[in-house]
This record gives sequence, structure tokens and C-alpha cells, in this order.
Amino acid sequence: MAERQLNFGQALNEAMRQEMRRDPKVILLGEDVAGGADVDHLHGDEAWGGVLGVTKGLVKEFGRDRIIDTPISESGFIGAAVGAAVTGMRPIAEMMFVGFMGVCFDQLLNQGAKLRYMFGGKAKVPLVIRTICGGGYRAAAQHSQVLYSLFTHIPGLKTVVPATPYDAKGLLISSIRDDDLVIFFEDITLGAMKGPVPEEPYTIPLGKADIKRPGSDVTIVAIGKMVHHALKAADELQKQGKSAEVIDPRTLSPFDEEAVLESVKKTGRLVVVDESHPRCSMAADIAATVADKGFDYLNGPIKTVTAPHTPVPFSPPLEDHYLPNPQKITAAVLSLF
Amino acid sequence: MELSKEKLLWMYERMQLIRTFENRVKVEFGKGKIPGFVHLYAGEEAIAVGICANLTDADYMTSTHRGHGHCVAKGVEPRGMMAELFGKATGTCKGKGGSMHIADMDKGMLGANGIVGGGPPLACGSGLTAKLNKTNQVTICFFGDGASEQGTLHESLNLASIWKLPIIFVAENNGYAESTPAHYHCSVENIADRASAYNMPGVTLDGNDIFAVYEASHEAVARARTGQGPTLLECKTYRFNGHFEGDAQTYKIAAENEKYQKERDPIKLFRDNVLARHLVSEAEFKAIDDRVAAQIDEGVKFAEESPFPDVKETYTDVYVNY
Repeated sequence: MAERQLNFGQALNEAMRQEMRRDPKVILLGEDVAGGADVDHLHGDEAWGGVLGVTKGLVKEFGRDRIIDTPISESGFIGAAVGAAVTGMRPIAEMMFVGFMGVCFDQLLNQGAKLRYMFGGKAKVPLVIRTICGGGYRAAAQHSQVLYSLFTHIPGLKTVVPATPYDAKGLLISSIRDDDLVIFFEDITLGAMKGPVPEEPYTIPLGKADIKRPGSDVTIVAIGKMVHHALKAADELQKQGKSAEVIDPRTLSPFDEEAVLESVKKTGRLVVVDESHPRCSMAADIAATVADKGFDYLNGPIKTVTAPHTPVPFSPPLEDHYLPNPQKITAAVLSLF
Repeated sequence: MELSKEKLLWMYERMQLIRTFENRVKVEFGKGKIPGFVHLYAGEEAIAVGICANLTDADYMTSTHRGHGHCVAKGVEPRGMMAELFGKATGTCKGKGGSMHIADMDKGMLGANGIVGGGPPLACGSGLTAKLNKTNQVTICFFGDGASEQGTLHESLNLASIWKLPIIFVAENNGYAESTPAHYHCSVENIADRASAYNMPGVTLDGNDIFAVYEASHEAVARARTGQGPTLLECKTYRFNGHFEGDAQTYKIAAENEKYQKERDPIKLFRDNVLARHLVSEAEFKAIDDRVAAQIDEGVKFAEESPFPDVKETYTDVYVNY
């Protein structure tokens, strides 16, 4: 029998649905996660089910006590999610776009991320914040950022960036069961991508990279949708006689250093692909880590392929220029030979 | 409202415990024994104690940078707090939080908070937990007049109102946001007047009168416990010290502190009231004073003699492997 195919959004929906069935402490709150709250003719049913429909149908099964529409009050509801988490719930909060984290940064940076530590371990913050990230949707500078490097920098936060529907489901279930605050990045351009997803609940450990394609001549570490660009580049490189290993870290905090170092030990070359701006990016961080801990494995310099240090432009030719793509990755790899 | 003698004695002891704690912190800070910043609560004791007289350990509280009094009123042990201020391993938070982050989950104390306006959204969270679990626990959300100008408070008052959360928002209006007077920074004379914008009751009262605080909060707590939603209480008060220890307080007029300490000291007001009504004797007050003094002495001794945390503690209570 052919494996069941789900798209990215359906995989996330199933993960939430199964966890909410398993654990009554799991609640979901955010802007329009059901939509149409208090609208009589909807009789409690949803209007939207999330801005991209990822949470569709959940209110029908779990009701409005557990699927909670919030006002457009990011500090208020992210803080409320933190407060609910430290008092025994396991909330999932949906921050529509990661750029909106700017509105509520204090509740993440100074509250959610730090309570467990500041309280000497007496509190835990089992909260998942799901958020849309990424360029390529022509949504311009405030709705197209990735920003995962920014949050990876902050102790007390974990960061998860799945690239496939399979990983999305397993990583979201793990994130919900994790006792720390996890920020879960959902790339907007991957929403409709289909892939095999088992129906039963399963977990993928946070901190475990996945080799998306084995190879022997060069290691390409790629994050989120960059994984798919890297796989396309690897196809092209194969035609040119170069075997690329594509590694998807899947989670940035925790980060699977060992998987990257093992691969570089084998290939001797490293290219890191990251949709972040270059400075203080995951690309820079991974390059520094390998330069520090794997210098002797390297046959040449480490190359990074990133977005430039500019806001995300709107105009399609500009945004296309801005984003990393398979051609840029291929060129970076070939420069090492 | 008539209070039992037991409650009156409890109120006095808690207020005196806070005052003695804070006065001693001032001394120990001056000696260099306490690192970092401290923000003293002396002068505002009637608010925390008057409100906590309505609570149990199961009820929640969010607090502020001026949080020592809230902690003591909620039942957090002063010796652990003192050790925390000294940065010792035996502190309430193992020496990892300090003055501005004292928390005690067993007492429902969800933390002092170094961010002005940081607490109200968290209070909505504990309020949501209680509402969803149908436990009838209430959350007290303390904030100062400075925080009343933060956007987080607006969001939180609105959330609490539309979700009918069991929260009592308590504005401790001590007249100054750091060095900036409330008559400058606040668009209204009474912060509680803003309650009508959130469709909740708002009450402005004398925060140095513990009986007024107790009565108003008694009603607000009853409302919250019976699912009628939040209340905004504004307690007008005065801080006897600077914003932080070391603040020269040049923004206060001459002899302002002395005047308030002489005429508006909430502990003195309580004593005079209760003595005049012959409800408690001088001897009973004296016994409490002696007990409290001994307790704080012991707490300081405990803090001084406790070890600092092992440096390995740097790496615990947070995910880190590099």
C-alpha cells in the first residue's frame, strides 16, 4: 500500500489534534486560530482555522475552551501563554508571522525564556509558539523574515525549523511534550508541500539532524526550505560528478554538532545554506563551530550562502535576487573544487 | 467589616515583617553584603498584606521589581529571600534570581519581575489556567503607577475582561515612576478611572489604610472567585525610600519622606486604630515586634553563613550543551 501523503499544514494539524486528544492540558491560542469567536451564526464553528488554515477543524473537536481566539494583542496572549504554562497547562500559541514577535519580544526574551532559570528551576515553561516564517511569498519586509538565528541566540528558548511534512509532525509532537519554550518555525512556502506522514503519533527528538541525501565530496547544511534548494543543487552537482551530502539540522537549538562534524570529516568540504542575513546567522555560527572543532577535516574554506544584510524586498525580481537558490548553492560548492 | 483578632495580629505581624526585612536590607545593602539593585517596599505594606489577607497558598500572584513585600505577604520565607538577596545557594531561587526575580511556586508566587509591565500578561495566563481548570483560584496582579503607562497593561486588562478572568489588578500608585511624578506621566488623576474602558469595576482607595485595602480586595476576590471577572484596584501610597537604594531622591520636595513617615505610616496608622479600639494591647504588639526582629536577625545570619552556589549551577535549569 502506498504511504499516506499529507501536506505540511495537514501534518501540523494532525500533530496538534493527536496531542490534544492525548493530553487535556494542551490548549491552542492565537489570533484567528478558530476565527469568528462570538459570531452567533457560526454556532461556535470556526471562520478561518488559522490564517493559513493549519488549525482547521480543531475547534469543532475541542471547543472554544481549548481553541482560543485572541485579540490582536501579541504581548497579552504570548504572556498569557507563558503564565498558563508555568501554572500547569501546555499551551500552543500561534504567532501569525515571526515578524510580529517584535510586538511581544519582552514576553519571550525576559519572561518565557528566563523564568525557569531565574526561579532556580522551580518553574517550567512547556509552551510551543508556532509561527510562519520565510520569504518567497511576495509578502515584503515585515512578513517574510526567518529570524530563527535571533531566537537561537537566547538561552531558554529552543528553535525548530522543519523542512518536510514528516519532520513537521514528529517535531511538533516532541515540541509539545518538551518542558521548555519551543519556537516552531513554519516556512510559508512549504505549506502545500506533500510528503509521506504516518497516521499514528510519533516523535522526532529535538537535537537530531537528518541526512536528507548521503554524499561523499561536500557537506551542505541547509535549514528549512533551503533543504529543498540544497537537494536540487545536489542533483545538479551529481551531473557534474560531485557527490553532495545534504544535512538538515531540523532543530537549531539544540543543534546536532556531531552530525555536521561527522559529515565534514568524511567529505572535507562544507557549504552552509541559511535564509538569514549573514552576520550573526546560523550559517556564521555553524561555520564557526566547524572551524573550531573540525578544522583538521577541512580541505578548503567554509562557504556560506545566505540572504544579504537587507530587509526582504517586495518586488519579485528583487526578492528572487535576495533569496538563496539552487544556482547559488551549486556555485558555492563548485568554488571549493 | 469586623476582623477577628487572629487576623489583626496576622496583619500586624506580616506588615512588621516586611518593614523589618526592608529596613535590614537597606542596612545590609549599605554594608555591601547585597549585590546588584534593591527596590524597597517600606511604606506600602498595607497593600500587599491587606490583599493577601484574602488569599490562600493556592492563589497566584505576579509582582514587580519592588516585590519583597508581595513575597512576604504571600508567605514566602524571609530567610530564603534574604539568602537569595545575598546570592546564596540556600536562596529561594538558589541564588539565580536575586531581588528582582524571587519566586515561590509552592506559594503561588509567580515571581517578582525586573520588567515594568512584565507581569500583567503572565497574570492573564495563571488566570486562564484557573478558569480552564475551574479551580476558583484568583490571581493578584501587582503593578506600579509607572507600569500603568505600559501597553502590556492595556492588553492584559482587555484580555482579562473579555475572558472574565479571575484577576485582581492592583495599581500601587506611590506617586513616582522612578523619578517621574505620576501627575506628569499619567493622563488621569486616578488610574482606576481607566477601569471603565475595560468594562470592569475600578476602585481608588487609600493604600496606607489596611482596612480599606482589605475590604475592597475582599469584594474583588469574591467577584473573581465566583466567575464575575476582574477588578482594578488603585491603592494610593508612598514609598519611604528611593526608587532603588542609592537614589538621592532629588525629585522629592524637602522633608517629604519624613512627613509621610510621620503622618502616613501604614503600620503606625494600624496600631493607632487598633489600640484606640482596644482590640490588641501594647504588650501583644511588643511580642510580635520581638519575634519579627529575631526572625530577621536569624534570616541574615542564615544568609551570611550559607555558601555561594557552586559554579556548576550556572549550567543547570536551562537547556545547554555547549
